[in-house]
Amino acid sequence: MAATLKVKNLSKQYEKIAAVQDISFTVDAGEIIGLLGPNGAGKTTTISMILGILEPSGGSIEIIGKTLAEDVEAIRGSINFSTVYTHVPANLSVVQNLRIFGLLYDIADLPGKIESLLTEFDLVKFRNTKAGLLSSGELSRLNLAKALLNEPKLLLLDEPTASLDPSVARDIREKIRTYADETGAAVVWTSHNMHEIEHMCTRVLFLSRGRILLTGDPKTLPGENGKNDLEDLFIAVAREPLSINH
Amino acid sequence: MKPKRIYAVFLRQLYLLRNNPTRLAGNFVWLTIAIVQWGFISKYLGSLGQANFNFITVILGALILWEFLTRIQQGVMMAFLEDIWSNNLINYFASPLRISEYSLGMVASSIVTGLLGFLIMSIIAGLGFGYNIFIIGLSLIPFMGVLFIFGMAMGIFISAAIFLLGPTAEWLGWPIPMILSLISGVYYPIDTLPASLYLVAKLFPPAYIFETLRAQLEQAATLSMAFGNFIVGLGLALFYLFLSYRFFLMVYRQNLKTGKLTRFNASI
Repeated sequence: MAATLKVKNLSKQYEKIAAVQDISFTVDAGEIIGLLGPNGAGKTTTISMILGILEPSGGSIEIIGKTLAEDVEAIRGSINFSTVYTHVPANLSVVQNLRIFGLLYDIADLPGKIESLLTEFDLVKFRNTKAGLLSSGELSRLNLAKALLNEPKLLLLDEPTASLDPSVARDIREKIRTYADETGAAVVWTSHNMHEIEHMCTRVLFLSRGRILLTGDPKTLPGENGKNDLEDLFIAVAREPLSINH
Repeated sequence: MKPKRIYAVFLRQLYLLRNNPTRLAGNFVWLTIAIVQWGFISKYLGSLGQANFNFITVILGALILWEFLTRIQQGVMMAFLEDIWSNNLINYFASPLRISEYSLGMVASSIVTGLLGFLIMSIIAGLGFGYNIFIIGLSLIPFMGVLFIFGMAMGIFISAAIFLLGPTAEWLGWPIPMILSLISGVYYPIDTLPASLYLVAKLFPPAYIFETLRAQLEQAATLSMAFGNFIVGLGLALFYLFLSYRFFLMVYRQNLKTGKLTRFNASI
């Protein structure tokens, strides 16, 4: 299967701080990979570089066969993101936000697309509600609806279920799973919820101090490293990365 | 360049105005105060009877055109600030939107606020003081064109400065038009200024427009003088627009490198 995302020797250096150091990985079409690591490990930096909003210090990023540095506009039209840190403008209504982002991504039959997303994400009754007045669950659904407007081939999700109650979080997870299965989109997912990662991802990359420390199946990786579960492994990576045998 | 994306940036600002009409009310109140205040001052000066021209015609005309330029500048800056305040820059810059499209979208929204301000002031000046801005004649169109281009340049320049220095530099955008008005010959001829400031005034397009406007109202303008000043003013305005855009682009690229773009929000 062709890789949707190819990251090769990617680095980001901020003066004396190496935020990301020489990481390489691929994500295949339809695959959901988890990008794990403690705070400051380089997850958000990596996602920012893939989104093209942070210039790498070295290495290359290839998405759907195009190099990001050379074809950023075409690539941005084929990817999208949702993050707990960035929301759509709070002072615009749900439907106004979707219309604006739909125009930015040049969506064909935009009114039809908006209606189908409103229905799919159970936002119909909030269509004229300002985004700033939505609950965190409703806002997450809106952010995800915005992220799926252009039917991205690569979806980047930075803690998409953080601060959501378990029921809404499960709903969001299911929608992303369905989207990846039905469209063959590749998904990069960061989360601090290890159960979620185990449930959603076929492969995880553990980042520590800007490097990939471990990679593998989230179900077998803990056992391979002498840990009971993914959470134990996460804690070990966060506290004593040098003790991991790789 | 895709018109749809420019329209998206414009539409976002239009929705803001529609969702929050109080933003327009603020504009309306300040402009009304300015016209009424200067209208009465001009009326009083006129009553002293020592001038051979109508103060209202000169001062209100200058005020309306200067406020038009200011509204264009602030319209561009406010559009940019709105995206900072709502933490929307990442949404925009992670989409296919180009910097040129973003800039044009901000300019398009400033046209609405600029023209609305112009309309409000013209109506109040007409109703309150019997002043008709259109007495300037057809040359009003090229005059406004030059001021519009320079207003865009100022708006983009100030947005770039905020982008460079951080959101706390927002205050820069408010006094700059006021400072510039001191040396742009808006309310008095630039030869009133000291020699050094006179030379500085010659570097900015509004000086050429307001000098011509005044000469025209005093019926001292020749066609060649008006045309010459228009060309120089236009050339300078385009030059500043080019420089401002390059500056914005340079700051954007620098922020991409330093990571400032990903961390740019109003609370920092």
